[in-house]
Amino acid sequence: MENLINIFIKSIFIENMVFAYFLGMCSYLAVSKSVKTATGLGLAVIFVLGITVPVDYLLENYVLKEGALTWLSPTFGNVDLSFLSFIMFIAVIASMVQLVEMVVEKFAPVLYTQLGIFLPLIAVNCAILGGSLFMQQKAFLNIGEASVYGLGSGVGWFLAIVGIAAIREKIEYSHVPGPLKGLGITFIVTGLMGLAFMGFMGIKL
Amino acid sequence: MSDKEPLFSKKNLKLLSDPLDSSNPITVQVLGICSALAVTAQLKPSVVMSLSVMAVLAFANVIISLLRNTIPNRIRIIVQLVVIAALVILVDQVLKAFVYDVSKQLSVFVGLIITNCIIMGRLEAFALGNKPWPSFLDGIGNAAGYGAILVIVGFFRELFGSGTLWGFRIIPESWYIENGGFYANNGMMILPPMALITVGAIIWVQRSRNRKLIED
Repeated sequence: MENLINIFIKSIFIENMVFAYFLGMCSYLAVSKSVKTATGLGLAVIFVLGITVPVDYLLENYVLKEGALTWLSPTFGNVDLSFLSFIMFIAVIASMVQLVEMVVEKFAPVLYTQLGIFLPLIAVNCAILGGSLFMQQKAFLNIGEASVYGLGSGVGWFLAIVGIAAIREKIEYSHVPGPLKGLGITFIVTGLMGLAFMGFMGIKL
Repeated sequence: MSDKEPLFSKKNLKLLSDPLDSSNPITVQVLGICSALAVTAQLKPSVVMSLSVMAVLAFANVIISLLRNTIPNRIRIIVQLVVIAALVILVDQVLKAFVYDVSKQLSVFVGLIITNCIIMGRLEAFALGNKPWPSFLDGIGNAAGYGAILVIVGFFRELFGSGTLWGFRIIPESWYIENGGFYANNGMMILPPMALITVGAIIWVQRSRNRKLIED
């Protein structure tokens, strides 16, 4: 249990997807104009990450890894399919995203139009593929740890996008030089937030 | 197709030139930021990365545009990803065969072109609704706009971060403090946050020149 809490906190703050690895920047920058849309997209990312990471964990451990197929027959002991992991992971992610898109279109049409092109783009949000690849790298012991890691990364991304959206709403009222308004100042603020988050790096829990 | 349009009509040339400035993929459309941050610590990988993205984007655009009337809407994301992944594998093999050292340097990031949203973004926004030739030009134009930003960022980060360009020393050794000079590299330029701030500065410059782009 303690271990799970550790993984959760670590994946939110110390290994924050946006500030420590700069993954998922595109939608992070483009959909952070208002806290409301940002919250919607953030929740969608938590959902997709929370599902794809454990599913990819199962794929990795029961299909792709060297010797993972022994549960079928002991003769598969030295079959190594890990070169397929990119395509398998992206296929899982793409089908999950398509599912989320249908659900959002059906139950929250306003959010659907607000998110526009960035909803299908979750599929190529590098934070999602990154989550699965880091999961592969970290070699978690069981599916519980992998799910907690997926959820934690999602929550970290959610906090980052809601944070920048809140800052951008406030920045509306300050005097930013004209050409820097909107996107420009967002890049610079993110850079500064990134520098601040580098302070978390290397903390051991 | 009945009304014959010249291959390089005004409308088609606009597809090539617009992404360089007024609809630049990075500074205006906000697509493909992750790789712009990751590979631009030096100039050479930035150039190779831009060329790879150009190849993948142009041909993915053409293929999706040819298939646009046959792909069922519900599964289009998966179809697009398969096309992109296949092209990325091709590019990866070509890089390995001809520029092995750079391909080693880029390693993961060539694979990550699959998740580079500039490609999906253009497929969704352009190729799905246009004929193959304009789609091809759109791909080339957008990749060139993307490459331009990458090269500028790579130029400044390599120059100020390690005092070299394309691996050649620009700032003389004798200027460095260790050799009795006055100069030191700005180590911060190598860190990813500075790539963000550099892109921010580019946006500032671009929008001061092109006032139409200013958001209010």
